[in-house]
Amino acid sequence: MTTASSQTRLVTAAYDPLARMSAADWLKRNLFSSVWQTLLTLVTAAVLLRFFWFVLDWGVINAVWVTSDPDVCRAATGACWAVIVEKHRPMLFGLYPYDEHWRLVLMMVIYLVTVVVSLMPRNWNLRFLVPLWLVAAVSIGVLMFGGVLGLRYVPTSEWGGLPLTMLLFTGTVLFGMPVAVLLALGRRAPLPVARGVSVVFIEALRGVPLITILFVAVNVFPLFLPAGVQVDKLLRITIGIAIFFACYQAEVIRGGLQAIPRGQYEAAASLSLTYWQTTSRIILPQALRICLPAITNHIIAAMKNTSFVIIIGLFDILTATTAVMQDPLWRKFYVEAYLFVAAVYLFFGYALSLYARKVEKWIASGRI
Amino acid sequence: MSQSTSTQAADAPIISLHNVSKWYGQFQVLCAVDLDVRKGERVVVCGPSGSGKSTLIRCINRLEVHQEGRIFVKGLEMTDNVKNIDAIRRNIGMVFQNFNLFPHLTVLENLTLGPMLTRHMKKADAEDLAMHFLRKVRIPEQARKYPLQLSGGQQQRVAIARSLCMEPEIMLFDEPTSALDPEMIKEVLDTMIELAESGMTMIVVTHEMGFARTVADNVVFMADGRMVESAPPEEFFGNPREERTRTFLDQILKH
Ligand SMILES: Nc1ncnc2c1ncn2[C@@H]1O[C@H](COP(=O)(O)OP(=O)(O)O)[C@@H](O)[C@H]1O
Ligand SMILES: [Mg+2]
Repeated sequence: MTTASSQTRLVTAAYDPLARMSAADWLKRNLFSSVWQTLLTLVTAAVLLRFFWFVLDWGVINAVWVTSDPDVCRAATGACWAVIVEKHRPMLFGLYPYDEHWRLVLMMVIYLVTVVVSLMPRNWNLRFLVPLWLVAAVSIGVLMFGGVLGLRYVPTSEWGGLPLTMLLFTGTVLFGMPVAVLLALGRRAPLPVARGVSVVFIEALRGVPLITILFVAVNVFPLFLPAGVQVDKLLRITIGIAIFFACYQAEVIRGGLQAIPRGQYEAAASLSLTYWQTTSRIILPQALRICLPAITNHIIAAMKNTSFVIIIGLFDILTATTAVMQDPLWRKFYVEAYLFVAAVYLFFGYALSLYARKVEKWIASGRI
Repeated sequence: MSQSTSTQAADAPIISLHNVSKWYGQFQVLCAVDLDVRKGERVVVCGPSGSGKSTLIRCINRLEVHQEGRIFVKGLEMTDNVKNIDAIRRNIGMVFQNFNLFPHLTVLENLTLGPMLTRHMKKADAEDLAMHFLRKVRIPEQARKYPLQLSGGQQQRVAIARSLCMEPEIMLFDEPTSALDPEMIKEVLDTMIELAESGMTMIVVTHEMGFARTVADNVVFMADGRMVESAPPEEFFGNPREERTRTFLDQILKH
């Protein structure tokens, strides 16, 4: 035993050059090994120092944190974080009636709890998730629309801000992922008709800018509806974004499908599994695991594409901020406001990628 | 199961190929192959690489489609008829060179999937059945592991157990030991010998001539898509009729 473990240690030491290196050695080897490298190190250090000093000076030391008087901000040399405190409600909630903002706060709590609970593997069972989502959807619907339980009715044209971003994003993924899977399967299906439809659909929509698809969904699509039938603008645009998302995601998933060896299909066939049994139990679970990083990538992109609701005059968190910053008193501090929006996006985007990395680990360890 | 309804004579072949031909484009892989296998019979197929052995047995459960001739399994003809294909496949288990286990499922799940989905067994019953066959192939203790955590020999035995869980009447083996390290070949062959002793109808593509000698009722030699020679092992190894068979046996037995 002892011999074995000391051998292991020896081997580790031999393979790991950092293990026995002192700090001075490391610096010398990696930062100052030649004149040229030394120069580069010094320049980089100077730039970094300058940058961090600016962040500290502007963002913290001379910043104004709370005031309702824009002149105080104007007098200061630092950042005006007070603009966020002052304007956070229209930025976060858009045009939604001011007195009803508590409904949106409640909605976001319900939404986040539902999502977080659903992402935990131990809750992955439909008998729990389906009722959970039904309850969440109904209560979010009641809170957002109102019109019942003494809540004032708020049409979708007044929705906005972060809740709108969340709803659009969720709608895009929930509707887009199944469509993506179907398109990817269709592209490789044994039926020529299914193949043809999928190829045309994917290639046509992938080749067009998102804004064009949304324009069609908003302005052209209603012309094809029979008279008297109306589909909510917000729903139309969600479907537009979702379909665009699905076309890209379908190609990602197709890549995963192609990585599945033929032997898997043959083994399934020799167990006389049907096409759908083979697809749902054998092929898709493996394909989706393989392309999970790329799937995550497109999901994060979809989160940011929600800003396109501006074209139907709705204000998600980004456009709501742009609108709020038209206020002449506070206009000067738009940088701070946008930094705040960026932080919100970064928070959710980073949370998504952390979660995706976690899922990859679970997959690697065979937990899911 | 359906034996009582079968109108076949008792000694009629359970598998029967008449004049089966197949082409890949211009290239003819199978040339008018005839083969009869009776219930409980063990047939070993050998021949040089590329001679069409895999293609032949894959036609029997329709992993490949033959273009000429007729294939019958238990009196059912293999045609485009999906119902027939399904009925035939339910009677045939197949073991592949590369195991083709489902890597995302545990050993136990690999075994219960077929019975639960196609035979509508309850989970508990399917698991009992799976454990029964895992004991048969002597690896019940690996039930909760994933295939890639097992050795090649163990994986192949899991694959055999997976096929047996469908309780087929016929088992096809396509070079089941070719992908294995030498020290693992024996454990798989032992499993197959036990299966043969239990009376299973088997068609085995293999170059393990020791296995052919002890287990086979008939040894078939294929070359260039043709069935060159078919004989009981004593005759096949002791006194091969065809020149090509002799050359092949010389080459393979030298190793
Ligand atoms: N899908 C295919 N397309 C074209 N040729 C093939 C295909 N599969 C097999 N072949 C050819 O058919 C011949 C027989 O293949 P196979 O049955 O696998 O031979 P064996 O199993 O005896 O080695 C080989 O020459 C092989 O190259
Ligand atoms: Mg072969």
